[in-house]
Amino acid sequence: MPQETKLDLALNCPIPIAARDSILLGHGSGGRMSGDLLRNVLLPALQNPVLDRLDDQAIVDVGGSLIAFTTDSFVVKPLFFPGGDIGTLAVNGTVNDLAMGGAEPLFLSLALILEEGLPLDTLRRVMESIRVAAALAGVAVVTGDTKVVEKGSGDGLFVNTSGIGLVPSAVRLSADQSRPGDRVLLSGTIGDHGITILSQREGLEFESAVASDTAALHTLVADMLRASSEIRCLRDPTRGGLSSSLNEIAARSRVGIELEEKAIPIREEVQGACEMLGLDPLYVANEGKLLAIVEPTAAEMILDAMHQHPLGHNARIIGTVTDAHRGMVTLRTRLGTSRIVDLLSGDQLPRIC
Amino acid sequence: MKYLDEYRDEKIARGIVAELGRRATRPWVLMEICGGQTHTLMRYGIDEMLPAGIELVHGPGCPVCVTALETIDKAIEIASRPDVTLISYGDMLRVPGSHTDLFHVKAQGGDVRVVYSPTEALKFARANPSRSVVFFAVGFETTAPANAMAVWQAKREGLRNFSMLASHVLVPPAIRALMSSPRNRVQGFIGPGHVCTVMGYREYEDLMREFHVPIVVGGFEPLDLLEAILMLVTQLEEGRAVVENQYARSVTYEGNLLAQKVLAEVFEVCDRKWRGIGGIPESGLSLREEYADFDADRIFGTEGVTADEPAECISAEVLQGLKKPTDCSAFGTRCTPENPLGAPMVSSEGACAAYYQYRRHAMAASGNH
Repeated sequence: MPQETKLDLALNCPIPIAARDSILLGHGSGGRMSGDLLRNVLLPALQNPVLDRLDDQAIVDVGGSLIAFTTDSFVVKPLFFPGGDIGTLAVNGTVNDLAMGGAEPLFLSLALILEEGLPLDTLRRVMESIRVAAALAGVAVVTGDTKVVEKGSGDGLFVNTSGIGLVPSAVRLSADQSRPGDRVLLSGTIGDHGITILSQREGLEFESAVASDTAALHTLVADMLRASSEIRCLRDPTRGGLSSSLNEIAARSRVGIELEEKAIPIREEVQGACEMLGLDPLYVANEGKLLAIVEPTAAEMILDAMHQHPLGHNARIIGTVTDAHRGMVTLRTRLGTSRIVDLLSGDQLPRIC
Repeated sequence: MKYLDEYRDEKIARGIVAELGRRATRPWVLMEICGGQTHTLMRYGIDEMLPAGIELVHGPGCPVCVTALETIDKAIEIASRPDVTLISYGDMLRVPGSHTDLFHVKAQGGDVRVVYSPTEALKFARANPSRSVVFFAVGFETTAPANAMAVWQAKREGLRNFSMLASHVLVPPAIRALMSSPRNRVQGFIGPGHVCTVMGYREYEDLMREFHVPIVVGGFEPLDLLEAILMLVTQLEEGRAVVENQYARSVTYEGNLLAQKVLAEVFEVCDRKWRGIGGIPESGLSLREEYADFDADRIFGTEGVTADEPAECISAEVLQGLKKPTDCSAFGTRCTPENPLGAPMVSSEGACAAYYQYRRHAMAASGNH
């Protein structure tokens, strides 16, 4: 963070706290702090052309076959919530990261970090969810690992899954492919997962009928790719929400993205919870939604294909790729004015009043 | 969504703006008091819609922004003790003190937690008798009653491990300080709707008479604010100055009498230092002597903690509405939400952060920044 060393003290503003000499929770938010950590600490040690693409999955050529490879860790609290649990998330999350590369998911690994004292019943329930989710997604868990840490060194159960899939040779999806004029498609309502988790947290007891949207999206992707090959990029907007995924695409493709606020589908329960808690649904996590950037002439065809799929019933065109405001996401508000949809610095914080 | 969409209707908004254009015959400078109102103005681009000449300046109503540096330092000192669990509202954790912030204290092992309501802090204290639970209570008259209630309940239950670091601030003395300043430019105020929901608006009539300034108590949705602006401009154009209530669906003349009763029971008015502005007499609330056993400042001996705030800082002028965030040479470059130089860049209700978050592209387009 070079700006730390160049603070203009003559400005005499109250107190910069920029020195980040330790990990803060915000580093895991998917916002700007996460990006800084990646760029400044993690990537410099690892640089290679595959990793540098920074897509949700790596796609590597192995003996003429395009293999998609990805990994994800799951640290959700609580472990069980309406709509799913840490097991379903761990399967669907990794399947989706493969699917966003256009891959057919094939095999998963499963690594468990168990905290001393975790009830075996809890573990059995999670394993059953993993079995069901893998069967539904048509993937096999073919390797795994188990570690136990002392009480206090973990939070009950952490799960890591890695996944391998096969990419059809004609498919090339990446965040750097968007062009001005492209349309932005969204497969359904936003914020369901994040609000479900929040509503389950201790100290936030509000009643809500909303459930996590966790789902495996690879069959939806396959249907979309069958409808048209003119898909530039796919993303599942998980932590950091719509905003983080779109900002990433805008930055990587050096384009602007303009969203239409009225077009973004959101459940009343989610909207209500966000209003009450002072949160912006554009930053709230999803676990079963995808964003597609598509060639304008193919947009309607792809949208039709999405509408035919159970996970794409509520799909909409929510925006356009532009050559104005390159690197930025903007939103046409309900009032017809325009504002930025910025990357958040760290976690979205509840406002005071 | 019912009760929300009605207040975000584009057609009605355009209608109000057109009416404003017809009524305004000359420039007017208005101030919205609340950070929540600033947030709505920026989020919906309302400043973009207004007829030229109607200028909004952003008042000191962001409780996070105006909390004195030394109060943050006290919270940090208390939170660093191994026996303490410090509980607060979310956005207080990012506010820089003299040397660090509460997020860093948490990362270093301090037990710092976020809640939405002080009663959650009470619950935590009951369930964890071995922890000394401190609620960091900031905010205007809006959040004060719930905090007062928590202390009142703790005393009634004889809860020994609960205390409060209270640094509440009051709106009317801040308006008085702004209006008394020789540099004041503000000709009308959008009053703080949620503060008035608690306190009513009797006090604002005194201010109106004292300074002959129109005040319209306003809500927080786009149409609330546009309507309040129209009501203010109408008064100004007609040469009137009265207190009007735009936010009648929430605010009554008397306010919430039960809330006022518990406030008076637990808190008393005190002098208070405001970050970026300085000391304002009788502008805060602190715990009454009868509740001294629950005063974290006394319990942890932090009463003597002081911190020198730089005397010259543009955040002071921003908080007083004398300058816009974009008038600062550091805005968006050396001062961002990741590396805030001043408090208004920290909270999403702060004027600088609201500009940064929602309006940067318009500034780039107009060459303003």
